[in-house]
Amino acid sequence: MSSNLKTLFWLFVLLLIFFAMGCQRSKAGITVAGSTSVEPFAELLAEEYMHRHPNSHIYVQGGGSSAGIEAIRSGAAHIGMSSRSLIGKEKTLHTITIAKDAIAIIVHPKNPVHDLPFVKVREVFSGQIRNWNELGGPDQPIVLVTREEGSGTREAFQKLVMGEEDIALEALVQDSNGAIRQVVAGDPSAIGYISLGLVNEKVKALQISGTTPSIKNIESGQYHLVRPFLFVFLLEPAGEAKTFLDFVMSPEAQKLLAQEGLVTALSKSTEK
Amino acid sequence: MDTKEKIIGKSFLIIALSSISALALIAIFIFAEGLPLIWKIGPKAFLFGERWIPSKGEFGILPMIIGSFWVTLGALLLGIPLGMACAIFLSELAPPVVGTVLRPAIQLLAAIPSVIYGFWGLVVLVPLVRNYLGGPGLSILSGSIILGFMILPTIISISEDSLRALPSSFKAGGLALGATHWQTIWRVLIPAARSGIVASIILGMGRAMGETMAMIMILGNAVKMPSSFLDSARTLTTNIGIEMGYASGDHRQALFATGVILFFIIMILNSSAIILSRRRMG
Repeated sequence: MSSNLKTLFWLFVLLLIFFAMGCQRSKAGITVAGSTSVEPFAELLAEEYMHRHPNSHIYVQGGGSSAGIEAIRSGAAHIGMSSRSLIGKEKTLHTITIAKDAIAIIVHPKNPVHDLPFVKVREVFSGQIRNWNELGGPDQPIVLVTREEGSGTREAFQKLVMGEEDIALEALVQDSNGAIRQVVAGDPSAIGYISLGLVNEKVKALQISGTTPSIKNIESGQYHLVRPFLFVFLLEPAGEAKTFLDFVMSPEAQKLLAQEGLVTALSKSTEK
Repeated sequence: MDTKEKIIGKSFLIIALSSISALALIAIFIFAEGLPLIWKIGPKAFLFGERWIPSKGEFGILPMIIGSFWVTLGALLLGIPLGMACAIFLSELAPPVVGTVLRPAIQLLAAIPSVIYGFWGLVVLVPLVRNYLGGPGLSILSGSIILGFMILPTIISISEDSLRALPSSFKAGGLALGATHWQTIWRVLIPAARSGIVASIILGMGRAMGETMAMIMILGNAVKMPSSFLDSARTLTTNIGIEMGYASGDHRQALFATGVILFFIIMILNSSAIILSRRRMG
């Protein structure tokens, strides 16, 4: 009985030791956290970076722009990703624009409408235009799909398109770019907005006032629905974070981002 | 030896208490985070406000309370008849072999992760509703059907247990009086097991109220008063689930406040289930 208990005790201690060992990370690394819009691109860059530096590890996490900024404040992450400009107190942080992203208005590929005047986009999303026949489409009620409150993409859309107007309350709410794409791809009368880089053949990006959302039109400034993708730092970037940042800003990495449909950083500036 | 027993006893007590204190800590935390906001904007404005626009400081959760109840009601409309029929069949009519196959299958229904239900609903059910009934398809109807299936294991297993727990003299008495098997089930057994059956339904309601992942995927999450079963809706749980990622400040507190309301609803449901099932014993 007593010897049994003893073995049990030592087994328990052994388990604790194993557990403690498991907690140690085998590789040193940095954590990048924040916007789910930036996340897929950061993952791509991290993969390429780790390929070149086999001894380092970049952990990429989502959570949202605000969560990412919170994470660098609390020290949980080294680099924050944000898909919106910083506001209020956040402005004291260091930001670097790694690329710019356009927001595309997407519909089902079978939808005959392929161009919307800018003002009409606002009228559609505020619920003033409720039927596709008012836009030259079939007699079908418009199904609005939007992002949830607090999302960087929604904030950018609100600022760039809606201005003071509210997005209609009856709009369906999805919590990621992918979920919006999924809903729009399945519903011929749906309209939504996602990152241009994530538009695929299952949905159709609309022209806005006759301008196609293309890299060329974004660079020339003709397509207006553009927002920055930021890396946010608590202090001046240093160490591994700095190395990763330098890689991200290097021509090869920027080319990689451009291939994925982003507009690469034209101006590289550290804002205070 | 005696001291050893005492030490073992005490340490088990401490372990048991720690799991209870985890529950207490969660409750305290939710209330501490959520209540200040409810006081700040007023309980009435919070509970009965119809507009939820956190970016403008409007926090009214009435559409979500209504949404939660609509979806739960729909789930019960489907789950109660199906679940009851299944429980009666298993306890009274099924040949033993069928029972031994069916029972584990129903338990398996409870073991399927809710995200799988949600995914199946999104891919199979939502297009059906959209094509044949209209609307966006992401609707209360789709959500109710999925939830109806999700609460089946709860309703079936507890109802069946309460039917089986009846003394066999009830059934023998019914049959001896000349009633048919079905008359005995309908007029004697079900009324006798009523409290257990009601408890199973209330627990099913609690399950339906608390379901989050599948509902985020199927309901469409629009924050508007639903006016038909084909409308999109948002429940209290999905409100927290869908917005927590980006929320900060008042918005984050409002989500905890939503949790406070949910806490009360679930507490009421579960305690009434406990009270009802106790009455059966007494």
